[in-house]
Amino acid sequence: MNRRGLLTSALAAASFSGLATTARAECPPPVLRGTGALGLIVERASGSLALVDQIQRAALARIEGLGDLSHASIVYSPCERYAFVFGRDGGLTKIDLLEARIAKRVMQAGNSIGGAISDDGTLIAVSNYEPGGVKVFDANDLNEVASIPAIGAKGAPSKTVGVVDLPGRRFIYSLYDAGEIWIADFGAGATPELTKFGNVGRLPYDGNVTADARHYLAGLFGEDGFAHIDLWAAEPKCARVLSGYNAGREKLPVYKMPHLEGWGQSSDTLLLPAAGQHEVLALDLATMTEKKRIPAHGQPIFCVMRPDGREAWVNFGHPDNDTVQIIDIPSLDVVHSFAPGPAVLHLEFTARGHEVWISVRDADRVDVMDVRKREKIAEIPVQKPSGIFFTARAHRLGS
Amino acid sequence: MIKAALMLTTVALLAPACAAAQQPRDKLVSLVRQDCGSCHGLTLKGGLGPSLLPQALAGKDADALAAIILNGVPETPMPPWKGELSPDDALWIATRLKEGFPR
Repeated sequence: MNRRGLLTSALAAASFSGLATTARAECPPPVLRGTGALGLIVERASGSLALVDQIQRAALARIEGLGDLSHASIVYSPCERYAFVFGRDGGLTKIDLLEARIAKRVMQAGNSIGGAISDDGTLIAVSNYEPGGVKVFDANDLNEVASIPAIGAKGAPSKTVGVVDLPGRRFIYSLYDAGEIWIADFGAGATPELTKFGNVGRLPYDGNVTADARHYLAGLFGEDGFAHIDLWAAEPKCARVLSGYNAGREKLPVYKMPHLEGWGQSSDTLLLPAAGQHEVLALDLATMTEKKRIPAHGQPIFCVMRPDGREAWVNFGHPDNDTVQIIDIPSLDVVHSFAPGPAVLHLEFTARGHEVWISVRDADRVDVMDVRKREKIAEIPVQKPSGIFFTARAHRLGS
Repeated sequence: MIKAALMLTTVALLAPACAAAQQPRDKLVSLVRQDCGSCHGLTLKGGLGPSLLPQALAGKDADALAAIILNGVPETPMPPWKGELSPDDALWIATRLKEGFPR
């Protein structure tokens, strides 16, 4: 390694606590390294995380003691050293990637579903099912900054879903039971200013924002369609889009809720999962109208865009969850299908999309694929893997 | 080779008595933990869907729960599982849920 490389690595390791210098006195010198090619994979059944290295295509360590990690998700600090893990049991855990250990863990609610980190990296927002609402924590020490009950216009408390960050220390999220979308603005400090959009549609089950922070969409379960807010509008309003995509045909039983996380935006095209149909819906963001219903192998769960936007890779819900399909964006057709194995739960591209990692839960394995060749190049043993989260997420708005 | 073939036959003869009864149950346990768990939580304490722990189900009878599993709950995300599960499967799941579901 040349001198400049050494310095860069040393800076990466030492930048936040002087770790490299202080530790040197008593302990063996830490291995200096960056975190840009690291990631965490949720081992949902055992309540642990596999710390992985994208370059080595290997697991470096297992971090245990995170409780119930079904449906767990992860965000990263701007420095890419710390991860914040949102567990189903209401646990919020801060992970130190360099030390491969839990830095801090709090039980912040009885039951939670996901979270977000503010654009400045100082606030962590958690979306809760029980007791509902959103709680916001200091990213440094996980002390509570604010608790925002989600009492809808009808006066009843609501579960919240689909919390994502917006520029300016803001978070946007959906109220599942109340059918509302709220923005909590922490721009002025620890007391949020709330903006509420009512009557957005029945049972919003998840939401996400495009990378330009313009379009927030929430998938509706109680009706066919999505709630949309154009956040660039002078006076943002909520409107339904893609309404009635199940109209006139049988809605299939939905055994697993689709997810909007990692969704596919490519230029003016946004790919969304249809709930109750074997279809991926292509929305034209310029006109907010349907571009195409793309027939697919099953009911889509994640429609993940390749980072360059040329293709999207899609997985499916039970009982079709052994398969991944690739959708070509210019033609909006499925151009390739393959079956990685039983229960493909998630997929994550490397930052520039040369490789994709795929969780094959019931094979206790994560597959690494060469994206251009569409060939498997490595297998990593991981216990019941679900979500895969690479550190590059630190620098992306939304999730 | 002959010995191996004999052993296979023995295993095959013994299998129906235990494995046939047990195997589908293992699959059901996995289905409940993993697939029902995506909404009700891996520990079944609830999530988007309600808790399926014994204390939460105490007042409900197993037949009624089995009917919910088979037919779903209209206007909610609870789907009908009758395309995937038999009435016996559903009743077995409902009964086990009330006792505390096996891991």
